[in-house]
Amino acid sequence: MNWFFIRTIYLKELKDSLRDRRTLISMVVVPTLLMPILMLGFVTVFSTVIKKAQDEATSMVIVGGTDSPGVVAAIKAEKKFKIIEPITDFKKMIMEKRIRLAVEIPAGFEAALKTGEPKTVTFYHYEGEMKSGMGVSEVDRFFRSLRDKTVEIRLTDRGLSADLIKPFQIKRQNVAPPEKVDGNKFGGFVPYLIIILCFTGAMYPAIDLTAGEKERGTMETLLCSPVNRVNIVIGKLLMVLTASISTIMLSLGSMSVSLITGGAMLAGATNGLIPQIDPAGIAGVFAMIAPIALFFAALLLTISLAAKSHKEAQSYISPLLVMVFMPAVIGTLPGVELTMKTAFIPILNVCLACKEMLSGVWHWNYIALIFVSTGLYAAIAVALCVKMFNRESVMFRA
Amino acid sequence: MIEARHLTKTFKDKKRGVIKAVDDVTFTCRPGQIYGLLGANGAGKTTALRMLATLLQPTSGSASVAGFDVVTAAEKVRANVGFLAASTALYGRLTAREMIAYFGQLNGLPLPEIATRTQRLADELVMHEFLDRRCDKFSTGMKQKTSIARTLIHDPAVMIFDEPTLGLDVMTARAIVRFVRECRNQDKTVIYSTHVMAEVEKLCDVIGIIHDGRLVAEGTLVELQTRFGEKDMEEIFVKAVGGEAAIADAVTKL
Repeated sequence: MNWFFIRTIYLKELKDSLRDRRTLISMVVVPTLLMPILMLGFVTVFSTVIKKAQDEATSMVIVGGTDSPGVVAAIKAEKKFKIIEPITDFKKMIMEKRIRLAVEIPAGFEAALKTGEPKTVTFYHYEGEMKSGMGVSEVDRFFRSLRDKTVEIRLTDRGLSADLIKPFQIKRQNVAPPEKVDGNKFGGFVPYLIIILCFTGAMYPAIDLTAGEKERGTMETLLCSPVNRVNIVIGKLLMVLTASISTIMLSLGSMSVSLITGGAMLAGATNGLIPQIDPAGIAGVFAMIAPIALFFAALLLTISLAAKSHKEAQSYISPLLVMVFMPAVIGTLPGVELTMKTAFIPILNVCLACKEMLSGVWHWNYIALIFVSTGLYAAIAVALCVKMFNRESVMFRA
Repeated sequence: MIEARHLTKTFKDKKRGVIKAVDDVTFTCRPGQIYGLLGANGAGKTTALRMLATLLQPTSGSASVAGFDVVTAAEKVRANVGFLAASTALYGRLTAREMIAYFGQLNGLPLPEIATRTQRLADELVMHEFLDRRCDKFSTGMKQKTSIARTLIHDPAVMIFDEPTLGLDVMTARAIVRFVRECRNQDKTVIYSTHVMAEVEKLCDVIGIIHDGRLVAEGTLVELQTRFGEKDMEEIFVKAVGGEAAIADAVTKL
């Protein structure tokens, strides 16, 4: 290895990439502008829709209840409920989303409250439909309150204290510091996001620096130089790594700014919506990401090198994206833990180790094992890339 | 000095099986001499030149360039060769100056020397007007001049030109031909591949006719004219490769 040549190739690739509009878009514009705009846009639209649905009165039909005027009147008196007279079958009205739900009050309900005879109130709703679900929660809260009041009256009538059915209170007290709480909440999502950004950030430059060069005819020009192929590979690899890490940093930076400003705007919180995560955990995540970033860069360079054109390289890499995506998604699932088995599954192991570190748990034996094994995968990928660079059937494929 | 001894290159093709792109080619090119490699498209010229430039490895046979073996001392060969082909393009997002400097650095030259040589090459090739413009905006002539400057920045002892005038206008092609002659005057070893007969007649000291991977005839223009009893290079070429039927047959194989 000759660091002068590696540096020369790296600096040239960096200059070349920074002058390429497509690289700039994928490396800078998308993570810094598009992602926050999309994220903020999504949060704004989502919160507006939810707020509107919450502010809207729950439109519903009361089925029965003619002999329970007091209950019906109490429902009607609630400002949150809007009682609709059924013009057709109430089930059809729910299906057509003209009402959120229907409440069936059984015959003799009000009388039964006094006599103590058990009765069943039925809610007819549209499962999976957001507004219907919200309506059910509202009506459920009303009837639970009615049930509690009825129990209280019954106990009072018998000269018993209302505390009889609540012999003790339950109180929850969090002992974990906020950074550990947020670490647990976001522990799965952060490494997933970083791994996806790490891969997607490396994709375009890896294709451009290999298949792109072959397509434009500059690869042969470069190979005419007396520089050893190892130096060429390392120089290009460093550029792909730079793009990958820049994408992560720019994305995380812009997301933090969006969460602070957007969160303050939407939630009114002074610190915005930014989670408090242990800095040691974040440092640990970046340390674990380093070998996987190198692995991705070398793997993408190797695969792209086998292609003759940009288009062909993209068709090779697309299935790989799914292969990276899947373990990263699995890592976010609750219940998927770091074990001796999962510690050997590439990508998933890094996700799980990062998840643990962010929640303040440091399994040093697993961390060392994953770091070394990922580093080994990266070294194999780099060696493979150098081997491919030396294969004329790859470099001069007809 | 270039010495090719029984140089052979085979490729495996899924449809056509094993293809002999270059078949037992032997020739020598000396300093201060332009060796013209004349052949139709697909005759094996580019493969032969790529082997000399160490981009491809010979299947059998050997070659030495500037005293170094193309297999065992490939990097030293490349340090002594300027290879210019239609397939060696420029980095479109770099300026001509940056492109030349990049290859100067890759050849281990210090920056002040690169600057001096760039200046001289720009003078010789009349490049000052576009030296600081990006290569993707260049005309074919500007690109070719920049490519020549890129190949000459490290002042190699051996120049390999693979169809350098392909697609160029008359004036630029003349300038390139003039430059190739200049290389010979500077005592460089020059190998020049083309399928343009007139260029061979005007330029080359020794002509090798390559057909179907094999070197079918070799000699000075006068020697070839005497051997084939023809004055015209095109007629000599047709006779050397075995008549028009052989050319047609080679074309159908492509």
